[in-house]
Amino acid sequence: MLDPLPWLILLPLFWATLAFVRGPGRGGRLAVAGLLLQLALAGGLARQVAGEGERVYAVGGWGAPLGIDLAVDGLSAVMLLLAQAVALPLAVYARAYYAAHEEGARYFWPLAGALLAAMNALFLAADVFNLYVTLELLGLAAVGLVAASGGAGPVTAALRYLMATLLGSGAYLLGVALLYGAYGSVSLSILAPLLGADAPLAVFLAAALMLLGLMLKTALFPFHFWLPPAHGGAPAPVSALLSALVVKASFYLILRLWLDLFAPLATVAAAQLLGLLGAAAILWGSLMALAQTRLKMLVAYSTVAQIGYLFLLFPLATDTGSVASASAIQGGVMQALSHGLAKAAMFAAAGTVILSLGRDDIARLGGVSSRLPLTLFTFALAGVTLMGLPPSGGFTAKWLLMSSAMHSGQWGWVVVMILGGLLAAAYVFKVLRQAFLPVEAGTQFKPVPRLLEWPAFLLALASLLLGLRAGEVLGLLGAG
Amino acid sequence: MSAGLLYALAGAALFAFGVAGLILRSHPLRKILAFNVMGSGAFLVLVGLGQRDGTADPVPQAMVLTGIVVSIAATALALALARRQREHGNDKEERDA
Amino acid sequence: MGEGLGVRDGRGVVSVTVNETLPLLVLASSLIPGLVIFSLPEERHGLRRAFNLTGAVLKLLFIAIMLWGVLHGESYVFRYSVLPGLELVFKADALALLFVTLSAVLWFFTTLYAIGYLEGSPHRSRFFGFFSLCVTATVGVAMAGNLFTFFVFYELLTLSTYPLVVHRGTPAALRAGGVYLAYTLTGGAVLLAGVVWLYGLLGQVEFTQGGVASTLGPEYAGQLRMIFFLLIAGLGVKAALVPLHGWLPQAMVAPAPVSALLHAVAVVKAGAFGIVRVVYEVYGVEFAQSLSLLVPLAVVASLTIVWGSLRALFQDDLKRRLAYSTISQVSYIALGVALFGPVGTLGGIVHLVHQGIMKITLFFCAGNYAETLGIHKVSDMDGVGWRMPWTTAAFTIGALGMIGVPPLAGFISKWYLGLGALEAGMPWVLAVLAVSTLLNAAYFLPILHRAWFRPQTAPWPAENIPMKNGRETAWLLLLPPLVTAAATLLVGLFAASPLSPLDWAKLVAAREYLNWAP
Repeated sequence: MLDPLPWLILLPLFWATLAFVRGPGRGGRLAVAGLLLQLALAGGLARQVAGEGERVYAVGGWGAPLGIDLAVDGLSAVMLLLAQAVALPLAVYARAYYAAHEEGARYFWPLAGALLAAMNALFLAADVFNLYVTLELLGLAAVGLVAASGGAGPVTAALRYLMATLLGSGAYLLGVALLYGAYGSVSLSILAPLLGADAPLAVFLAAALMLLGLMLKTALFPFHFWLPPAHGGAPAPVSALLSALVVKASFYLILRLWLDLFAPLATVAAAQLLGLLGAAAILWGSLMALAQTRLKMLVAYSTVAQIGYLFLLFPLATDTGSVASASAIQGGVMQALSHGLAKAAMFAAAGTVILSLGRDDIARLGGVSSRLPLTLFTFALAGVTLMGLPPSGGFTAKWLLMSSAMHSGQWGWVVVMILGGLLAAAYVFKVLRQAFLPVEAGTQFKPVPRLLEWPAFLLALASLLLGLRAGEVLGLLGAG
Repeated sequence: MSAGLLYALAGAALFAFGVAGLILRSHPLRKILAFNVMGSGAFLVLVGLGQRDGTADPVPQAMVLTGIVVSIAATALALALARRQREHGNDKEERDA
Repeated sequence: MGEGLGVRDGRGVVSVTVNETLPLLVLASSLIPGLVIFSLPEERHGLRRAFNLTGAVLKLLFIAIMLWGVLHGESYVFRYSVLPGLELVFKADALALLFVTLSAVLWFFTTLYAIGYLEGSPHRSRFFGFFSLCVTATVGVAMAGNLFTFFVFYELLTLSTYPLVVHRGTPAALRAGGVYLAYTLTGGAVLLAGVVWLYGLLGQVEFTQGGVASTLGPEYAGQLRMIFFLLIAGLGVKAALVPLHGWLPQAMVAPAPVSALLHAVAVVKAGAFGIVRVVYEVYGVEFAQSLSLLVPLAVVASLTIVWGSLRALFQDDLKRRLAYSTISQVSYIALGVALFGPVGTLGGIVHLVHQGIMKITLFFCAGNYAETLGIHKVSDMDGVGWRMPWTTAAFTIGALGMIGVPPLAGFISKWYLGLGALEAGMPWVLAVLAVSTLLNAAYFLPILHRAWFRPQTAPWPAENIPMKNGRETAWLLLLPPLVTAAATLLVGLFAASPLSPLDWAKLVAAREYLNWAP
């Protein structure tokens, strides 16, 4: 049996390399096979963590500080599972997508493999420097994917994205340098007990720099400027990967640092500020989504809004150890998971519509409900999660966050979440209602393969059913 | 003031210049250069603060080596993209230059 | 049948017994056909019909078993833990069964009607798929054993009815759909705020006779009043309490079977039913009275009754007139709930059933007029009674029932509501009932007069289904209103017999007021 810890990183590298060697556009089948194996490994790992708690793996048997340690706990196991569970159906989707639409297919598979390897490594990294390296690799692979279709718009968006991501990781790196300077270590487990409220100023500075850099990479309002063109302009499988997973990776890192490392430094004011930015993201992102005229841009702005919910957990989790804090963290992670699944489904569905219809004008979607019912249904189910309606995972997330807000007496966030849900309904139904109109004269619906529709549907279904299996997910989160 | 701290302060200054360039400059090439200045600044801080009692600490050196590799990869990607953008005939960028 | 098929898993006997599966089967008997129907190709009419009707019959069967069981002291509860401390609970208690039976029976006839009504129209797989989901949601609302479960299915109901409202895909339908969503989703959000708040205070909000809110100390009275306001406002949107009723007249652009569903089986009923649950089983009627929450509710309900009837008076569009009539009639339920005392309760709860039967008859008939002769306006109905005697007879029974003519169903409701008002010491409610009855007569009798006593003056607007072998319209369109009209008569005539809606409502009322024997 393969040990999941190294193999979750090696496998995607392996199929990425093979795909590169086999030449442009090739390697999709291999990727699907590799991802199947990865999903099995991540599932096995999750079971292991649920049973035995966290564990550490020393790469090459060297051990820290000379070697590199990989570590897994409940949070990273959940994120790994999400990444593989989203990537596998998307790979099946991407094969069908690029078979019908060659543009951008050239380096998709090698880059997607590199992206997943970097992401899995990020979830497994046990020290802040390796986190930097994986973060940077993840960013580079993502930028490559955005640029892959090669048009003027995507290249400009990719360049803008690259500069944002480099600035973000640069700030993070400076933070790492300051931390190392203060404590002579980069290992999370060594640093954690050393940090206290009496830490030197340099450490506070380090925390601020790292957090700022990561906020930029997570596209938290007002640092979201790079996201809509990059996510909205890329080919659908890429948009799905980026919106569903890549922004979650840097959010994971914020959460990990906030909870494990900087908890003693965290002030109520800082937490409130993060929450306020999150609230602004929810409202602004939703309003912008509502104002869009192009389908994929609407979905991209919806990501800006949904990221906001993730940051509501910080003000709610300030009272460490309380019920409110626990359910806030659970709610935040639940939101990351369900949004990951739903947004992947939604971008994939949008891609199918665009492929079939040949345009992505929201005003001209008439007939989609009768010609592409499954795809529309997928979009709607994913929308249910984004609106936070039951029984979706998004609902469970909001329920947990709202209960937490009630328990800690922070009413304002409840109002924000309710408004956000209503605005989400407004932009989702803005799309759905057009789809119910009759087919526009002169419109040709290109037939789409089933492999384009079903993976997206399964992702949407997963995001919906996640709400009913939330107990297990949260149990895993609590393990280790 | 120890030599290490001096390096670190110089690094911090470089980092700040780099960030300013990255944000304020619009030409892609200048942005890429600014990013490299910024990266060097961060590396300098890492090496400078990593010195204990005047002797060099190997761990940050190794980290900086890794960091340089990563930033070269990033620079290469950025250059490739900038060239691609130019090929697309983005006149505005040229006027700015 | 209590012992069931226990399943063992090594840790002892686990959950699944017959008594637990029955509520699930009732849900599944429309959920599964719904999902299958979605995947059926448009032209498989026969198969689709088979799935629809099999589901509807199975649901009735399962409900019959539960009715029998509940009468013999069985209890049917299914629990599923979503999160630690948060459960989905389905419980078939007396009140749940009343609503479940109503919606399942009416669903059966609405399905028959819809099959006839949509004959030859496009997108039937989509229509019947959502139709089945809608009923699943309604059944879930009915059997919800706690406030959380209720909310889950309440929202599901919103989502599954939207595609039905916009089914025709016309700009008017889309506009109505937008208004519908704006009202119901906002209502749902307000309800959610109340639900989360209450869960925050109580931890669990299981529907319990006598309510659970009274366990909180008197220092929570203020919060509980605000929560009550949120809950009733959230539910009041679907129950179309004035001023939250704006969506209902708009939504009448939907096809007739959908209107029937909205007005009689599902949506407004879910709201009214929710009010019943909140007052009796979350707050407890005595506790609600002690917080002085009932009188404001009675006032809002009374205003709605009078306002709806007044507006109905001025509508020429038949379905619009019926829609305003629904606004008025559904509030009888809320009014009954707000009348403190068992008799008022009885009136409110029995009206839940009676209004459903009567209103669905009227909408079926309105659909028949539109489908057969293209009649949409009251002013086009002159002499229609002689062209479509059976439909008009059914319409007449429904309308007279609504007015409250004895011995029809509506009379029973109004009788108990009036008695209840006296018992609760609110004699002004009698005036409301009297005014409402006059108004009911004022907007229904002219229709009957036109249909029966005035000669046809102009050709029918669009005669789609010609008279054939003495049959006025397609038999699938005719049968359902005849059956429900007969039911309107029978539930009134045999109100005193066992297992009538009134009898069942007495059972419910007796459980809410423990020391009351009907």
